[in-house]
Amino acid sequence: MADIIVAKNLFKQFNEIKAVDDLSFSVPEGKIYGFLGQNGAGKSTTIRMLLTLISPTGGKIEIFGMDLKKHRKEILKRTGAIIERPDLYKYLSALENLRIFAVLSGIKITQKQLIDQLEKVGLSERANSKVKTYSQGMKQRLGIAIALIHDPQLIILDEPMNGLDPQGIADMRNLILHLSREMKKTILVSSHLLSEMELIADSMLIIDKGKKMVEGKMAELFAPSETIVELQTNHAAETYERILKTDLKKYILSRKGDNILFRIHRKNVPMLVTDLVKMDIEIISLSPKHSLENYFLSLTTENQHVEAFKD
Amino acid sequence: MFIVFKRRQCSKYSLVALFFLFYFMKANAQTAEEIVQKIKMKLEKINDYEAEGKMKTNVAFIKAPLATVKVFYKKPDKLLILNQSGISFIPKGSVNININNVFVNMHAFDVIDAGRDNAGLRVIKLLPKDDTADIVLSTLYVDEKNMLVKKSKTTTKENGTYELEMNYAKFLEYGLPDRIIFSFNTKDYKLPKGITLDYDDGSEKNGDKLKNKRGTVEISYKSYIINKGIDSKVFNR
Amino acid sequence: MWKLLKIELFKIFKRPRTYIAFGAIAAIVFLFQIALWFDGKTYIELILSNIDASFDFSDQFKTRLLNGYFVCFAVLNILLIQMPLLVALIAGDVIAGEANMGTLRLSLTKPVGRTQYMLGKFFASSIYTVLLLLFLAVLALFGSILLFGTNDLVIFRSTSIHQMSRDDIFWRYIAAFGYAAVALTTVASLAFLLSVFAENSIGPIIATMSIVIVFTILSEMNIPLYDRTIKPYLFTTHMVAWKGFFYVRSNEEGATIKGSIENLPAILKSLSVLLIYIFLFVSSAIWIFKRKDILS
Repeated sequence: MADIIVAKNLFKQFNEIKAVDDLSFSVPEGKIYGFLGQNGAGKSTTIRMLLTLISPTGGKIEIFGMDLKKHRKEILKRTGAIIERPDLYKYLSALENLRIFAVLSGIKITQKQLIDQLEKVGLSERANSKVKTYSQGMKQRLGIAIALIHDPQLIILDEPMNGLDPQGIADMRNLILHLSREMKKTILVSSHLLSEMELIADSMLIIDKGKKMVEGKMAELFAPSETIVELQTNHAAETYERILKTDLKKYILSRKGDNILFRIHRKNVPMLVTDLVKMDIEIISLSPKHSLENYFLSLTTENQHVEAFKD
Repeated sequence: MFIVFKRRQCSKYSLVALFFLFYFMKANAQTAEEIVQKIKMKLEKINDYEAEGKMKTNVAFIKAPLATVKVFYKKPDKLLILNQSGISFIPKGSVNININNVFVNMHAFDVIDAGRDNAGLRVIKLLPKDDTADIVLSTLYVDEKNMLVKKSKTTTKENGTYELEMNYAKFLEYGLPDRIIFSFNTKDYKLPKGITLDYDDGSEKNGDKLKNKRGTVEISYKSYIINKGIDSKVFNR
Repeated sequence: MWKLLKIELFKIFKRPRTYIAFGAIAAIVFLFQIALWFDGKTYIELILSNIDASFDFSDQFKTRLLNGYFVCFAVLNILLIQMPLLVALIAGDVIAGEANMGTLRLSLTKPVGRTQYMLGKFFASSIYTVLLLLFLAVLALFGSILLFGTNDLVIFRSTSIHQMSRDDIFWRYIAAFGYAAVALTTVASLAFLLSVFAENSIGPIIATMSIVIVFTILSEMNIPLYDRTIKPYLFTTHMVAWKGFFYVRSNEEGATIKGSIENLPAILKSLSVLLIYIFLFVSSAIWIFKRKDILS
């Protein structure tokens, strides 16, 4: 399976600030590729570089096997995007907005086709209403319609679920899955909603301070071999200090309030339990927490560069 | 003139000489007052006229097209230059383009014979008797043979000196000119640049040369309608 | 390019603010015409006060002087100072406004070259400028002719007066409006350039007007230092060259020569200066925009 996007040694500097620092990644065809990072990690900058809104200071980007610098138009003809919130011409109607962006996309489109497109996103009844009267969810849907108007192969979504209610989030999730699974589109999606990313992403890239922290398939990143275990105890601070003086300190991930997190191979969990009991540590609960959120936090909090775990 | 008589030709030549002497003496006997009176009588035959002509305005700071004008005159001193449809800059004192004005109040002037000029025209000066009058001096240059005023110069207190030059041809018998050139003083013209917001195309660099110049208005008459009667209302504009 | 131009014009004329400019022009022209209708004589007398010692100005003269051509010239004298603001209102918004709305980033993710995108916007601003001027022409010229009739046109310059016969005027207005279109496009191109730097249209609009006002003051002041150094190069010095079409030549006897222009080479030189400015502003705007990181 070919990689639709290949980024090599991407580098972007704004004055003194390195927004993206030697970032390399590849997005496989037909998959949903999650792009994660804290605020200011460099996600938007990277996405804007992919869409030629920003010029890289260094590095190379190839999309559809073509150099982005040299084949910008051909690439963008096959790419659709929503960047942050979908800002539209508020003084125009949905239909008029769609027509404008259809023209910019370089396609010929009839009035009927425009209405059909709006129908797909559930906006046909409000086609002639001015966008300023739309809710956030409706604007998001219109943004999707605009991104898909020219039937792109690659879809780049930057924070597509921002500002949506739970139903809106669910709808967006289903749409992304539909585009990938049924329509075989390649989707690059960045989001802060880690739980959602966990549900939809096939692969993932986590960046922090412009650098890649980890990249890989979801299945591989959460291999059965390792887990995160959360210890809940009454005297967490004291317990934490005591554990740091023992061999168990290599498994410690972090402490938050009454909870201490360990990252440990599954086969070593019984040993951990035994050692904690031997230390007379009061165990209120000991539960596995191998969610993406904890994984993400573990990487970005400690700023460790971690390889994908594999057996 | 010294006349030498030879006894033998005395009778023949002396008669001839006497004849010429008498003739020239008779000619020189026309006084300035007589000339002025004769011209006045001639001009008094004109009660009114309506003339059509072309007017050319030549003032340093005005560029104006050739205008078709009508000139209305009614005895004794009403005169109006009218551009029928367009715009014409008519100088103050234009009433003086009709020489009749000078002859209207002859009793108010002292007539002084100033001899002849280089062109052989009889020069007659008119000095107003009233010191408070606007006119300070008026000088006429007269073609004695035809009893026509060819030129006049009038100096006023308020508006400087007007000059009037007249050419006669077709309307000679009425004492009306074919062409008049009226020259007059023009005061400085200047508007603040902030009002005009002019475009400086390099053509207005000679402002100083435009100061205190004289302007001329030249009217070439095509036709006169004489003594047909003109309503005085015509002059109320 | 034609499609891009169409959608840009569509966007311009769909915005309510576009019509503010047309409304403002209509209001100013109308108010001026009304004022002259009722009190034009006072205005005429003020202008003639400089020379009424030398000439007789009858009521008929004043009435004829205050004809449609004269009123139009007076309107243009005033309005062509305000017009740059109305032009900047739109031209200063073409990029900055889109950046502010957020639509710029969406537009530039489409397969449109930035040069093409910018040219489409510039041409749309220029067409708007021309339409604004046409609107002004109709109201100021035809409206004034309707109200005040026609007669000879008399132009009062700072040290001379130029009079043209009524049948020698209309073509001059056509030429003058054509020139004014180029002059205002120069302002539009400046606003267009400044729009590239901002993410809010207020900045470019105010900056454009400030530059136009300051340069106009420098152009009108008679300070020898400026006359020699910067004045010939300021675009505002050349923006008023439309008036040159109303400066006539005269023959040796002072009579105007019909169909003449006093200094056509000067007008053409001013025109080329403006065209150079337009080229510089627009090409700079495109050059900068092509390299700009879109962060809005």
